[in-house]
Amino acid sequence: MTEADRRSEPALVADLLAVAERRDREAFGRLFAFYAPRVKGYLRRRGTEEAMAEDLTQEVMLTMWRRAHQFDEHRATPSTWVFTIARNKRIDALRRGSRPELEAGATDLPEEVDPAPRGERVVEARQMEEMVSRAIQRLPKEQAELVRIFYFEDKPHTVIADELGLPFGTVKSRLRLALSKLRVMLGGEAP
Amino acid sequence: MSETPTLDDLLAAHAAGNLSMPVALIVASHLALSVESRCRYHAYEAVGGALLRQIEPVPCAPEAWDRLCARLDDEGPEPHRPPPPAPSLRHIPDPLRQHLPDSLEALPWRRLGEATQADLDLRDPGYRTTLIRVPPGSTYPRHTHGGTELILVLEGGFRDESGRHLRGELVIAGPEIEHQPVAEPGQDWLWLRVLDAPLRPTGPIGRLLAPFRRL
Repeated sequence: MTEADRRSEPALVADLLAVAERRDREAFGRLFAFYAPRVKGYLRRRGTEEAMAEDLTQEVMLTMWRRAHQFDEHRATPSTWVFTIARNKRIDALRRGSRPELEAGATDLPEEVDPAPRGERVVEARQMEEMVSRAIQRLPKEQAELVRIFYFEDKPHTVIADELGLPFGTVKSRLRLALSKLRVMLGGEAP
Repeated sequence: MSETPTLDDLLAAHAAGNLSMPVALIVASHLALSVESRCRYHAYEAVGGALLRQIEPVPCAPEAWDRLCARLDDEGPEPHRPPPPAPSLRHIPDPLRQHLPDSLEALPWRRLGEATQADLDLRDPGYRTTLIRVPPGSTYPRHTHGGTELILVLEGGFRDESGRHLRGELVIAGPEIEHQPVAEPGQDWLWLRVLDAPLRPTGPIGRLLAPFRRL
C-alpha cells in the first residue's frame, strides 16, 4: 500500500477545500495521486479503452479543479463527488462517441439536480463514508460482488447469472436485496 | 428494461450510470421534483463513492500530472453556463428543458382523442419519448403495455386504477397493467412518457383509433 492509499476522508476534504479556497496546487497534487488511478481503474473496469481512459481521467481531474468551489462537504464525501463526475464524463463520452453528428454537450444531463436544502440529508456526508464501507463489508460476499458488478460492469443480469452459476431470478432478487439493505443502512429514506 | 423495474431499480441504476438516455432523462427530471427520491438516489451515489475508494487503482501515464498542470496554467473561468429558461418553460425540470424549444407550442403536436401529444427526438431507437397534454377531466385511451411505460407528471395530475398521481410522481406501468388514465379536474395534465415498446389500445375508442393513430 502506498502513502496515497491510506488517505482518510477528512484529509481529502481538507485538500479539496484548499483547492476551492486557495487554488492550492500541492493539495491538488495529493488529490490527483489518490483519485486519478482510481478514476482510471473505474473507467477501465467499465470497459473504456486505455487511451480514452487516460484522457477522461484528465477531464475528471480538471473538472475537480474547476468545480472544487461547488463541493459541499455536508452533501457528499469527496469520493462520492468524484464518482459522480467520473460517471457523468464516461456517459457524455459514450453519447458523443456513438452520435458524432451531435455537437459536444448537446445530450449532456446536468451534473447535479437542483441544490437541495441541507436538512434533506439524514446523515452527514462524513459519517456516510464510514457507514457505506461498513455496510458493504456487512453484506454477504456474494451480494457485495453483485453490487460491485452493478456499479462497475453493468453486465446484463443473464450474463452475471451464467458466470456465477445462479438462476437469473436469483441474481435479480439478490441484487435488489443488497441495494435496498445498503440504502436502509445509509438512511436514504425520506426524513 | 426487459422486466418492469421498480422506482428503486431506476434510482439505483441511474446512480450507477446504467440507464439509456431517454430513461435517464425522465428519472433525472423526476429527481428534480421529488425530495424523497433524491434522498434515496444520494444514498445509491454514496455506495458508488465508497466502491470507487476501494477500487483497484490503475496507474496513470507517467506524464499525466505534468499534462494536467499545463492545462491548469491556461485555466480560465468555467466554460459556458446555460442561459436562463424561457418564462413559459419555468415549470419544466431542467434535464427535460434542455431538449425542448423555447415554447411548448413549437413542438409537433398532434391530436389523439381528447389528448394532444408530441414526440421528442432523443435519437435512441430503443425508446419513444413523448410529451402529452390532456384537458382537465378528459381521458387518455384505455391501453395495456407491450413493455414498460414510464409516466412523469409535470403539471396537474391523473387518476387511474392504481390511484391518484400528482406533479413530480414517476409512475411505472408494465405488461400486467391495463389502465385508463383520467386527468384531474382544474388544469391540464401535462406529462412526459418514455416507452420501450408500443402501447396496446384495449377500449372501444382506442381499438377504433388503432389502425390510424399510434397511442
